[in-house]
Amino acid sequence: MPQAAMGAAPDPVGVPRQIQKSLTFGEGGLAATFVLLALSSLTVASGAETAAYAFHAYLTALASIAAVFVIINHHVERPAALPAREIDGRPNYNFGPVKFATVAAVFWGIAGFLVGVIIAFQLAFPALNFDLPWTAFGRLRPLHTSAVIFAFGGNVLIGTSFYVVQRTCHARLVGYLAPWFVVLGYNFFIVVAGTGYLLGITQGKEYAEPEWYADLWLTVVWVTYLMVFLGTIWRRREPHIYVANWFYLAFIVTIAVLHLGNNAAVPVSIYSPKSYIVWSGVQDAMVQWWYGHNAVGFFLTAGFLAIMYYFIPKRAERPVYSYRLSIVHFWALIFIYIWAGPHHLHYTALPDWAQTLGMTFSIILWMPSWGGMINGLMTLSGAWDKLRTDPVLRMLVVSVAFYGMSTFEGPMMSVKSVNSLSHYTDWTIGHVHSGALGWVAYISFGAIYCLVPWLWNRRQLYSLKLVNWHFWISTLGIVFYISAMWVAGILQGLMWRAYTSLGFLEYSFIETVEAMHPFYVIRAIGGVLFLVGALIMAFNLWMTVRSPDVEAAVSPAQNPALLPAE
Amino acid sequence: MTTATTPAPRKSLWQKHAFFEKNSIWLVIGILLVISVGGLVEIVPLFYLKSTIEKVAGVRPWTPLELAGRNIYVREGCYNCHSQMIRPLRDEVERYGHYSLAAESMYDRPFQWGSKRTGPDLARVGGKYSDEWQRQHLADPRSVVPGSIMPGYPFLAQDRLEAADIGQDMKVNALYGVPYTEEMIAAAQADLRTQATTDAADADALQARYPGAQIRDFDGNPAFVSEADALIAYLQALGTMVDFRLYDDKANIR
Repeated sequence: MPQAAMGAAPDPVGVPRQIQKSLTFGEGGLAATFVLLALSSLTVASGAETAAYAFHAYLTALASIAAVFVIINHHVERPAALPAREIDGRPNYNFGPVKFATVAAVFWGIAGFLVGVIIAFQLAFPALNFDLPWTAFGRLRPLHTSAVIFAFGGNVLIGTSFYVVQRTCHARLVGYLAPWFVVLGYNFFIVVAGTGYLLGITQGKEYAEPEWYADLWLTVVWVTYLMVFLGTIWRRREPHIYVANWFYLAFIVTIAVLHLGNNAAVPVSIYSPKSYIVWSGVQDAMVQWWYGHNAVGFFLTAGFLAIMYYFIPKRAERPVYSYRLSIVHFWALIFIYIWAGPHHLHYTALPDWAQTLGMTFSIILWMPSWGGMINGLMTLSGAWDKLRTDPVLRMLVVSVAFYGMSTFEGPMMSVKSVNSLSHYTDWTIGHVHSGALGWVAYISFGAIYCLVPWLWNRRQLYSLKLVNWHFWISTLGIVFYISAMWVAGILQGLMWRAYTSLGFLEYSFIETVEAMHPFYVIRAIGGVLFLVGALIMAFNLWMTVRSPDVEAAVSPAQNPALLPAE
Repeated sequence: MTTATTPAPRKSLWQKHAFFEKNSIWLVIGILLVISVGGLVEIVPLFYLKSTIEKVAGVRPWTPLELAGRNIYVREGCYNCHSQMIRPLRDEVERYGHYSLAAESMYDRPFQWGSKRTGPDLARVGGKYSDEWQRQHLADPRSVVPGSIMPGYPFLAQDRLEAADIGQDMKVNALYGVPYTEEMIAAAQADLRTQATTDAADADALQARYPGAQIRDFDGNPAFVSEADALIAYLQALGTMVDFRLYDDKANIR
């Protein structure tokens, strides 16, 4: 990539010059687009067929008007020159959107864990459903899954990717308004999706519940995200693209493909929130789990492996263990993951050949998964002692251990004979949570603990002792959770297929439900512990931000730069 | 990475990988190619292999009332706890009935096979319980099944069914090839009311359009067509379309 063109007219480089302030194309175009969006939302609102849809239309209009106001106000307040790409030959990083995404991640994380705790208690004590539409389990469960996966996980991914791509490319994020559009637009999608579930607006496809208009909005945001990310890579001052960015790219590109494929739908009318999916029955099932399993594979795995490849070497101050392993495991992982979807449909009306393909590739997937785990863990070579003194590094490393565990469990559960027992039971829920809590959440917590002092320019976290408390309380919570669900799931699977000596089914369905009660209580307690841990983190981060500023002397900009992979 | 500084023999495969590391567009193209294979191989044949969906008599599109009921089923997120997919395993077939066929959900958008059985499978729940049982169970599950952990849905029987545009819903489905005729779409509103009425005058016309449709006041309240009417009509139709005394499974071995 060429050096930033010093002194070229359209590239302000920090030298104060007499520049006539003018509305940029981005500012003008975006403001005009939002004016149009506000007007069309108001038109839709006036003819909306349901009150819930009208609410979303008004919300969009309101947000669009607010966006216009912010853009114009920002234009008036800003200096004539746009922020410089470089100051004194150093990249002038744009960390504002990263800060926003980090705060949003903590907020949505706690909200998502809280809803998880609520629905866990609903399963133990059904009176907590309150017989109301918007508090029933069926509407809250998608709220929980979307809040933790897309709101918490998504903000972590967007925030860290915007941080990592800048640092590893030694370049300022591309775009003046675009990164903010990505971060704010994505969070607006979350608000529309979440309120929609509560009001009964859903496509009824797991992990793809948002309706057509929210999906369209997300598509616009996601394409912008890809362009900002790629554009920043094009500005890089290193010849090589760092390994973490390969994983981020695979995540962004593949999620776009999956999103478009799985959400292909025709709305009943522009005034109705309801749409019908193009695919039906068995084909819809296959497309759904092609999407669903790769939401796990690319959102919750590839994206978070990118975090692993940046934050673990950084925190351990060791290079990534093996460059070759990272190449093999990258291509193998993204090639094989895509095939694994049919293991969600074992013994269903999906043709056997597809089920067998899904199972075969799921078992092969064990290898690249563990390749990634080994690369992450062995990065600690020569720095294992840091686990005793640095609870943040411990969290990161334990997350990789959980990754290894659940990527062994997954292939095992994809074997048809195991799946005949485990499918439809809480074993699946336990498996998902060992990955979601142990891997995704822990590596996110570790990354956030690293990021906050870096972003807010603090010497260190407010308290490492509190990180330790967070670690142990939430680890205890995870152990409660997953062991309760293992026992519950296997018990339920065995009870369903139990026969008496006379050859009759031994248990009625409701007896198997009643047997779950103690495990549902233990699981809910595990969830509470995990939530408490996250609240401790939020307090710790808040106190870190409030602690006095340190001068740039210890800012990470001074740290030795990561060398590119050769 | 520092390991990278180790001198490697020229032109090794590892060296060639630098091409992707230095060209972001090729990296993106490489990713797109690699992730396309699995999806194409697994999904595309399902659209042209004739064995994917069994040849079976009896499967018809949902009536307007059943379709409205199905939309309530989707809206309330019933799929979060109930599957609609009986696997060909001894205990499941004995507990729920004949294993599910792909043909039975071929008009379902979205499919509702589900992934979790916090409650029992519903693929063949139609006709298993009376309307009165369904009504009570929806309003207060523990009044009929003491150990149940299902939420209560008392509002369904109180809320008027909003389905003024159900004909439009059918039009979109027809667009995809669901065999809704012009006549069916034109009669949608009338059919919807007819099906929720006991001893309705034009029941025969509805039966002709939707063979086997059950026609009665499902929620026991003739004052208006409620959401419970629609949902119970859907539940009572689930899994009842194929007559398994006539179904030849040998002819459909895949």
